[in-house]
Amino acid sequence: MSAAIEFREVSVATVRGKVLLDRIFLAVDAGTITAVLGRSGSGKTTLLRTVNRMIEPTGGEVLVQGSNVRDTELIALRRSIGYVIQETGLFPHLTVERDVALVLEAEGRPREERIRRSQELLAAVGLDPDSFARRYPHQLSGGQRQRVGVARALAAEPDILLMDEPFGALDPLTRTEMQDLVKDLMGRLRKTVLLVTHDLDEALYLGDRLALLSEGRLIASMTPEEFLSSDQPEVAAYVRAFHRGERSATAEEAR
Amino acid sequence: MSANFLSHYGGEIATLTVEHLWLTGAAMLFATAVAIPAGVWLTRSPRWAAPIIGVANVLQTIPSLAMFGFLLPLPWLGERAARVAIVALTAYALLPILRNTYAGIQGIDPALIEVARALGLTDRQRLFKIELPLAASFIFAGLRTATVTCIGIATIAAAVGAGGLGELIFRGVASIDNRLILAGAIPAALLALAADAALGLLERYFRVPAPDRAP
Repeated sequence: MSAAIEFREVSVATVRGKVLLDRIFLAVDAGTITAVLGRSGSGKTTLLRTVNRMIEPTGGEVLVQGSNVRDTELIALRRSIGYVIQETGLFPHLTVERDVALVLEAEGRPREERIRRSQELLAAVGLDPDSFARRYPHQLSGGQRQRVGVARALAAEPDILLMDEPFGALDPLTRTEMQDLVKDLMGRLRKTVLLVTHDLDEALYLGDRLALLSEGRLIASMTPEEFLSSDQPEVAAYVRAFHRGERSATAEEAR
Repeated sequence: MSANFLSHYGGEIATLTVEHLWLTGAAMLFATAVAIPAGVWLTRSPRWAAPIIGVANVLQTIPSLAMFGFLLPLPWLGERAARVAIVALTAYALLPILRNTYAGIQGIDPALIEVARALGLTDRQRLFKIELPLAASFIFAGLRTATVTCIGIATIAAAVGAGGLGELIFRGVASIDNRLILAGAIPAALLALAADAALGLLERYFRVPAPDRAP
């Protein structure tokens, strides 16, 4: 399997010299989901954003489908990569239909094609086009908004999707629905996904691989099984923190 | 106001109203053409925002009669009173439009700008598809303020002979004739109200759809 995204010794430092990412090596295989875990401020989002050049690395290089992102024209690069962020990503002045096909509109594709594609995608993410196409974001629930966000990211048929804590603001039940949707959709469409999350459950459920960042350094990159059984201190600490609720609940029962 | 008065002055009131509209309209066109692009440019070079908005602010504080007086002796401008009036009115209209364009765009949620960039919109597309539509009701609010201000100040332009409804007011003041003052002031006030209402509708039309809030 070839790497769809490859980070080669990628470093990012601020102008004042604060190191956000420290020589990251990581390969994301085509058609797989890699979940990037870590505390707030560990550099997860920064790593994600080097892929579509929202942030330029100060060292090393990022390769997408084998070529350095610096050599790809910026606009073309960004249009070829889907992008989903938390909550606020939809434009309040656009109808769902227009928002989903915005990239196609930017590419100057004809109106009929944009509408057709919008309808297809809305149906694919489980929203009935007839009742949702004409709505504005404020007329949607949080989960529906994120469905639209996912549909928009798929509009230009990108091979790669970047998802930055896409479901962080959703209630647990809606979140699981969205996770099912993404798992099903990405599996069928064979997309390569880089998913930033701080929810280990989400990472284990969706990720083919888990990458753990701490203070800008890559601590671990392993499969979910390896992650759960790892005795690497940082990884084990992360897993322990995650199991806390579970263990106290079983302790209550045992009493 | 008697029918006699209206039949005597009606024609003149109409002519002066048209003149008034022309002065204001021309000034608003110039001011809009300058201030909206300038406001957009300031959002791209924010370090210029404070000094440039400051200059527009200072222009705003010059008493209108003094402004007309300053401009009158200038070559070319001073040759025609209407030119002086239009330039002065333009100067007054700049600030509200400039400030609202700048603030309207600056006020957009940065996350939305990020998304627009990440989706691969060009700078131009981001401006026309995202930023201007999102700031539109703000910009119209600026145009509305500027227009109402201009219609008011344009009455002073009669002092330098530029015409407009101010002419009736000045004549009424000179001849101590309240009817003449009202014959200038009422149409000027109606113009301002009409412009305010019309631009208010546009402002509402371009308002970004948002949920109904609980009162």
